[in-house]
Amino acid sequence: MNVMSRIVPQPIIPLGPADGAPAPGLEAVAITKRFGAFTALDAVSLKLRPGTVHALLGENGAGKSTLVKCIMGFYRPDEGAVVVGDREVVIGDPRAAQTHGLGMVYQHFTLVPRMTVLENLVMARASVPAVIDWRAERRRLAAFLDTMPFTVDVDAPVATLAAGDKQKAEIVKQLYLDARVLILDEPTSVLTPDEADEMLGLIRGMALAGRLSVLIITHKFREVMAFADDVTVLRRGRLAGSGAVADHTPDSLARLMIGDSSTAVPVERRGPPGTAARLRIAGLRADDDGGLPALHGVDLTVRMGEIVGVAGVSGNGQVELVQVLAGQRAATAGSVSIGDEPYRATREEMRRHKVHCLPEEPLRNACVPGMSVAENMAFRSFDEPPIARGRWWLDPAAMRRAALDLIARYRVKTTGPDAPIATLSGGNVQRAVLARELSREVDVLIAANPVFGLDFAAVADIHAQIVEARNRGTAVLLVSEDLDELLELSDRLVVMSHGAIVHETTPAAADLTVIGRCMAGH
Amino acid sequence: MRPFLHGAVTRLSATLSAPLSALALPVAAVAVSLALFGAFVALVGVDPVEMYQLMYRGAFGTWFSWQNTLTRAAPLILTALCTALPAQLGLVIIGGEGALVLGALAAAAAGMALNGAPAALVLPAMALAGMAGGALLIGGAGALRQWRGVNETISSLLLTYIAIAVLNHMVEGPLKDPSSLNKPSTPPLADAYMIGTLPGSSVHWGLVAGIVCAVAAWVLMRRTTFGFAARMVGGNPRAARMAGLPVGRLLVVTTALAGAAAGLAGMVEVAAVHGRASASLVAGYGSTGILVAFLARQNPLAVIPVAVLFGGIGASGGLLQRRLDLPDASVLVLQGIIFVVLLASEAMRGRLHLFTFARPTATPATKEA
Ligand SMILES: Nc1ncnc2c1ncn2[C@@H]1O[C@H](COP(=O)(O)OP(=O)(O)OP(=O)(O)O)[C@@H](O)[C@H]1O
Ligand SMILES: [Mg+2]
Repeated sequence: MNVMSRIVPQPIIPLGPADGAPAPGLEAVAITKRFGAFTALDAVSLKLRPGTVHALLGENGAGKSTLVKCIMGFYRPDEGAVVVGDREVVIGDPRAAQTHGLGMVYQHFTLVPRMTVLENLVMARASVPAVIDWRAERRRLAAFLDTMPFTVDVDAPVATLAAGDKQKAEIVKQLYLDARVLILDEPTSVLTPDEADEMLGLIRGMALAGRLSVLIITHKFREVMAFADDVTVLRRGRLAGSGAVADHTPDSLARLMIGDSSTAVPVERRGPPGTAARLRIAGLRADDDGGLPALHGVDLTVRMGEIVGVAGVSGNGQVELVQVLAGQRAATAGSVSIGDEPYRATREEMRRHKVHCLPEEPLRNACVPGMSVAENMAFRSFDEPPIARGRWWLDPAAMRRAALDLIARYRVKTTGPDAPIATLSGGNVQRAVLARELSREVDVLIAANPVFGLDFAAVADIHAQIVEARNRGTAVLLVSEDLDELLELSDRLVVMSHGAIVHETTPAAADLTVIGRCMAGH
Repeated sequence: MRPFLHGAVTRLSATLSAPLSALALPVAAVAVSLALFGAFVALVGVDPVEMYQLMYRGAFGTWFSWQNTLTRAAPLILTALCTALPAQLGLVIIGGEGALVLGALAAAAAGMALNGAPAALVLPAMALAGMAGGALLIGGAGALRQWRGVNETISSLLLTYIAIAVLNHMVEGPLKDPSSLNKPSTPPLADAYMIGTLPGSSVHWGLVAGIVCAVAAWVLMRRTTFGFAARMVGGNPRAARMAGLPVGRLLVVTTALAGAAAGLAGMVEVAAVHGRASASLVAGYGSTGILVAFLARQNPLAVIPVAVLFGGIGASGGLLQRRLDLPDASVLVLQGIIFVVLLASEAMRGRLHLFTFARPTATPATKEA
């Protein structure tokens, strides 16, 4: 993996502020934001001190993204004010935020994959000249990167960068655009723990140097405890508490987040896996979006009542494997069978074999953003009773009733079953998909990073559900970039590298150095 | 009382704001276009106010003009469906003209072949032939897209040229009526095979056919499992594949249905207006139908009033020519302006805060951030 070596981490050297002036602070004062009759934020205040890292915590749907979107000018708050430095500012749109020195990094990548880092950065500037002198731009960017505690290969197309490097490029972009206050919305949910630590370390270094003030949304207490100075906790659109991180423990933060509600009790794997093979993948080959081979003959068997974990650095064919199994990509060779029958991922086969899927980035892979929550929840069931009457007629009332039931059972936070699913918070989109896929009988479950972006209570909940499904006899293929998750849940663990399975072990016998070496492609 | 009222009002405004903002864009586009067209005619020395008064009179001012307007609206509804139905799947089909032409030719040929049979048999046969002709053409564009990866917009446009060429070839060759000398056409349809008019009017039954089809299209897309699946494909093909939907079949069936609607428009034109197939069938109903569909924001029900509006614009052309000495084609200029303004406003939508930020419930952010 030489993309890994393109970014060379360097020790954190405290740097003086780039232009002499220290980074300003940021204050949100009594922000209220309503969506129709629903109050997403109720007089929430937050104070980011200059040159510090401030963590923003809260359950899925607590209003974290809405708050930063109000600050960045994506939404206009109904009440409240934003103060940058010591001036109250009115930010009408994200471009205005840029002129006030605010920059935001999203959970999802926003760089254009086919363009190089340099091209992306130049095109993002507020004023792009009609004719671009690339050589001069390159020099300027290189000089700028010299002042950074890390380097990025500016000539690499973004698509070839690993997730951690992409996220760093996003940060570099904001710094290059002169952001002094950096807002990060779940920046680490697409990163491995190592990548996340490295990135957060760099950011913290820059904050310590007075170069940046950072507001970071995260679901990981570990990151809050290790990298943040202050913390603000939201609960259901209200301020639940704030203060110095040093005065808190993960437990006290968790209590602030969820109040007195309880979290799911971890479920133990009960009994050994079955003996009958349920899902059998043999010699599977497939191409990636660019038409290049991504899977080079994958062989894998999942038995009934077994969780097989697939570990690997992202970009080694996991996405393509999941897509082939989900019916989103055609295989070029090899076979997939369920029981003893070949499986081609048609609707009829999915129904007969009870195959369900939890893909990553559910809004992009498993939902129609413009359709309502109820409609999205009916994707598996719209053509069978009670929603379909006589095979042809839809009964919207029945669809709505089914959705209301799922919303309640899976605690999906939404303004109602008729809201477009794109208006749900990231974690709640995930829950809605989960409700759709796991509420039915499941014999085979394909899950890819199923807890990305979920709060700790939801993580516990979903892990419990996956293990429960396994205990009921479901064959589970669990693809994840989080090795800890795999070691905790799997019966058997395989490592995927360069489009093939290169190593197999059990969590009990796992040797982390061997796994690490296999993941790195040795 | 007050909090209750407040809640009720915000709830109401939330439910209203979606359709309202959906209306705002096309209404604004038409208003801007009318202003631009007014400036345009003012340039050639015509008083815009007088012109719009005349246009209104020519379109909706009298019972006579209403009948003219509705007669023109009938085929427009059907050709607009040819664009609006595939749009549910995310396809942009602009071959309505070709489907209409091929449908008209097929209908005329069926009428010739069955000449002498009872009308109760011939008329349904003509309608079926017309729909089959249109379905073949636009379904072909859908199939090319699904199995050969050909862009459906381009192919439906090019297939239209082929359809027109086929029409010309047939009416000048194999199907030519020997007595149609300077304007080649098929033999006239027997009077018994002509679709009648609605009682007490000169508007033919094609209008009813159009309205029935539009309502049926809406029901199909909104109230059936087929339509649900089609909307899934249109909204996110990945999600549709994950649900195991037969994307290709949905695509081809929907495009074929769309073509059938425009083909039926061709049959109606033959059996209600022209009485024969000839080159004068290429009258622009197909291309105006594209505009109608876009202005109706691809909603099959909204197609009906928008088609009436454009039927009216077309109907007023004659009066403008007679009274103001404006060329007949000037209403085409207005149509063109509306289309350009509409497309431009769609493109601007993301940038105008008016639409993007004022009503977040109506235009949800598509990206979770
Ligand atoms: N455009 C919108 N229209 C209607 N409701 C919305 C809209 N945007 C957000 N909401 C609602 O506001 C609430 C807060 O959403 P937000 O995205 O801020 O949550 P979050 O704290 O970021 O959660 P997560 O951790 O899952 O990302 C949710 O209940 C969501 O459904
Ligand atoms: Mg969020």
